[in-house]
Amino acid sequence: MPSTYRPPEYPYVTPLEITTGEVARTQVAIVGAGPIGLAAAIDLAQYGIDFIIVDDNNTVSVGSRAICYAKRALEILDRLGCGQPVCARGVSWSVGKVFFHDELAYRFDLLPEPGHRRPAFVNLQQYHLEEALVVRLGELGHRVRWRNRAVGIERDDAGVRLDIETPDGRYTLAADYVIAADGARSPLRDMLGLEWKGQVFRDRFLIADVHMKGEFPTERWFWFDPPFHPGQSVLLHRQADDVWRIDFQLGWDADPEEEKKPERVTPRIRAMLGDDRPFELEWVSVYTFQCRRLDRFVHGRVIFAGDAAHQVSPFGARGANSGFQDTDNLCWKLARVLRGQSPASLLDSYDRERVEAADENILNSTRATDFITPKSHVSRVFRDAVLDLSRRYPFARRLVNSGRLSLPTTHRASPLSTLDRDVFSGAMVPGAPAADAPIRLDGRAAWLLNQLGGRFDLLVFAPVAPRWLDEVRRSLGGELSVALVVPQSVGDESTGLLVIEDAEGLVSQRYDGAPGTAYLLRPDQHVAARWRALEVAEIREALARAQGRGGH
Amino acid sequence: MALNTEPNIARPDDFYQALIDAHAGLTDAQSAALNARLILLLANQVGDLDTLRAAIAAARDSVAS
Repeated sequence: MPSTYRPPEYPYVTPLEITTGEVARTQVAIVGAGPIGLAAAIDLAQYGIDFIIVDDNNTVSVGSRAICYAKRALEILDRLGCGQPVCARGVSWSVGKVFFHDELAYRFDLLPEPGHRRPAFVNLQQYHLEEALVVRLGELGHRVRWRNRAVGIERDDAGVRLDIETPDGRYTLAADYVIAADGARSPLRDMLGLEWKGQVFRDRFLIADVHMKGEFPTERWFWFDPPFHPGQSVLLHRQADDVWRIDFQLGWDADPEEEKKPERVTPRIRAMLGDDRPFELEWVSVYTFQCRRLDRFVHGRVIFAGDAAHQVSPFGARGANSGFQDTDNLCWKLARVLRGQSPASLLDSYDRERVEAADENILNSTRATDFITPKSHVSRVFRDAVLDLSRRYPFARRLVNSGRLSLPTTHRASPLSTLDRDVFSGAMVPGAPAADAPIRLDGRAAWLLNQLGGRFDLLVFAPVAPRWLDEVRRSLGGELSVALVVPQSVGDESTGLLVIEDAEGLVSQRYDGAPGTAYLLRPDQHVAARWRALEVAEIREALARAQGRGGH
Repeated sequence: MALNTEPNIARPDDFYQALIDAHAGLTDAQSAALNARLILLLANQVGDLDTLRAAIAAARDSVAS
């Protein structure tokens, strides 16, 4: 057990329905209170949707789980109201170093561009993250039904009935929708008999969490074939509380039980450290990695998210990070459907967009795994050639793949997007996640992304005719929130709008925001449509499309 | 850019000899390592992915079709 961490024991409360014998009814049942289930619960709470979240355990996850949270996941956590505690607790990094044999092959910086609130990555043990999410859920007046295990499921067109087992007996939980966030081994997936397709990589990795006073910098270090672990790779990451994550590649023939023993692990770490500094093993496990996904994530009224829907190898930190993007994408759609504002077919876009993202993550993760564990003699020859050349030639460094680190998917072909009619440059294409930028709000420093999301936003670059703005707000004010981006020098915009002062000009730069430009942004902060100059009728049409109500 | 399969090397015999000479005295493993490095360097020189894919397909086709 970790010496630096004592997991909380959350109270089990006998469900009311056990006593009354009644059926528990809710709009959304969330199965699984890991990071993804908790994020879904917080998001639904913020949207004012009724839900019940159950978990078969009564604590957070322990052991070597997710540690790297990418910028986009942190931005989502910001929208959920718990980005700050996670970032404050974790350690942020953006520099990675790749070593080949005994020397540095090259270094990379993932976020060379300033002017973003969140760094490229924050490393934090998953249990700290889960605790922060549980706290946030509590602030919103909700709690998890701990030690409530879903053991059966029945569904029809009208809803889903879950059979829930507790220490005091069973009850029925009836919901309009179920979010299955019950992890990579998803019991719900098995209960529904859904196929879990993909590949297992024929390699084993020793994952050790080690407590020590390290003098390593807060960077991601990856070794190919180092002298202290010949023929294999090693990954070193810093976490909070002086805990370090070390992955040792072992090869397919390694004996998992033997390799987990401290007398095997300790010398490996000692060889890596190369000195006598004291360290303690917090947790040791041996993993085989796999890339798999469900064919579809939406199965009628049961919707899969996170590892329950898709699984990747850890190189690239694309597991938990993509799970947060799942619920970010799902919850606003589910809220609209449950409020009767959009047809249930809006949920098909969750399936389409997140399957697209899962495929992107699986592709990247598979390529990294193939580079780290070459499948044939010739791929090993090419791999070593790339590494060798990377020491001298910059071009080869781009071919080295120790994990392409998690970036959010741009949903280029989303049915919710309106194709560009006008000409734009830059990355903010329809389907892209909105870029952050420093701004001023009422004269105080702030961040753009913190002003957006949770509703449809129309970001308009000044100057525009006040009459036009009035018309937008009069006819669409109930559907979206209008924010006006003004340059630094402009003073009085006392029109009752959200006025975003683009103090450093970075909003205009990142959005190619010439005067008169407008962006329609979804509640998950993805771009739905944009124009150089526009008619109210066009916004209305794009909005309807983004909400799954018609469109063309 | 289409794959150029017409003669394009100025002094083909000199090139061919340089290629063979580069392998002189190498074991099969070292030769394979040299070839891999050479392919990577030349691929970077070409740069264009469509051209590289066409070259890979042409080479593969010639070995196993």
